Amino acid sequence: MKPPPFEYRSAHDSAEAVNLLTEYGDDAKILAGGQSLVPLMNFRMARPSVLIDINQTHDMTHIRADDGHLVVGAMTRQRVLERDQTAGSAVPLLPAALAHSGHTTNRNRGTFGGSLAHADPAAELPTVLVALGGELTVQGPSGKRTVPAEDFFLAPLVTSLEYNEILLSARLPRLPQGTGVRVEELARRHGDFAIVSVMAAVHLDSNGRADLVRIAAGGVDSTPIRLHEAEAQLSGTALDDAGIDAAAVAAADSVHPTDDVHGSASYRLEMVRVLVARAIRSAITHQKEGHR
Amino acid sequence: MRLNLTINGAQHTADDVWPGESLLYVLRERLGLAGSKNACEQGECGSCTVYLDGVPACSCLVAAGQAAGHEVVTVEGIGGGEDELHPVQEAFVDAGAVQCGFCTPGLIVAAHNLVERTGEPSDEEIREELAGNLCRCTGYEKILDAVRLAASRKQEAGT
Repeated sequence: MKPPPFEYRSAHDSAEAVNLLTEYGDDAKILAGGQSLVPLMNFRMARPSVLIDINQTHDMTHIRADDGHLVVGAMTRQRVLERDQTAGSAVPLLPAALAHSGHTTNRNRGTFGGSLAHADPAAELPTVLVALGGELTVQGPSGKRTVPAEDFFLAPLVTSLEYNEILLSARLPRLPQGTGVRVEELARRHGDFAIVSVMAAVHLDSNGRADLVRIAAGGVDSTPIRLHEAEAQLSGTALDDAGIDAAAVAAADSVHPTDDVHGSASYRLEMVRVLVARAIRSAITHQKEGHR
Repeated sequence: MRLNLTINGAQHTADDVWPGESLLYVLRERLGLAGSKNACEQGECGSCTVYLDGVPACSCLVAAGQAAGHEVVTVEGIGGGEDELHPVQEAFVDAGAVQCGFCTPGLIVAAHNLVERTGEPSDEEIREELAGNLCRCTGYEKILDAVRLAASRKQEAGT
């Protein structure tokens, strides 16, 4: 198997990439780490006529944190992000999720923005963005715009990026010091795409009440799904067992999985219920044990 | 295109290269470096693992154009010379971690990276680091033995 013929172009910065996208139109695709697009091309499931390589760019590889947010450039390698202390302390859910994203060799090359723009509904990074209410900054010919994560992912492998727009970076709210996080993932093998994944972040105040609850599920709908109803039920409570179990049922009610070779829809619903409860309990333990 | 890149410390040039062909294809078919193996072509099996700018990568997923001007180390560059094995390679031989040998070049690069980077890796670290390399002779136990052996020999030698 070899990829179908394509024209290879290299962009030296994000502006040049946007110009090339505008010039070539819908037939062009951005090549970042190549860990998803190149396999699709080798299997001839994707046949872009032009690839615009952005590996030579230098304006999209930053990791910056301020008081409120973490900003990660789209060309940041996943393995670099996974090991970055600034990112890990601002948003500990990121390294926890990346540990499930392919294998280390894939993460050495795969990029943060590439996984987001590829928009696989079972991939880890899109689920983190949705869970935490991240925002994505994209650039087109007429300038930049910012898109909330829940509006960015539209369907499997479909985002709100226009044909001539490129993802520059994404911004995640910094989690309060001591926030407990947990990734529960069901996959055939570690590193595979999730059959069901659940990401949770929980922070208990000094009275033992949850002042932050963030939960999202991957692999169970056409995009990652923020579990708003379960979050609302748990926020402000002491996260007792009955409350967690009820929220887990509510979570399963808010996703719409389909059958595939890896599992039936009903199995996935049951796993959402199980994994949400498990993730919340583990996140509480994570906070209580103090992971910093 | 004319492709210039550094492989195992030496400058290499290949002519009439399509920038869209894989780095693996360049290594094997144009430069005769057949150590890196071609199998899944989707980054799953690790048989084609090489160092790209010092970091292990699946060369099947790197376009030739992307490798231009960059530095590649293949399994051929791991040992000292023609017949001189690297300690990691010796450990694979001593532990019997090679059966059919197809996965071995990729595993040598991955294991070399792990052993060089860490002191004495835990079993969990070894499993995590080698998870991207598939062996279909079911030889994982001996491969784990080989990595442990290489790591402990490196600790003893104090290098």
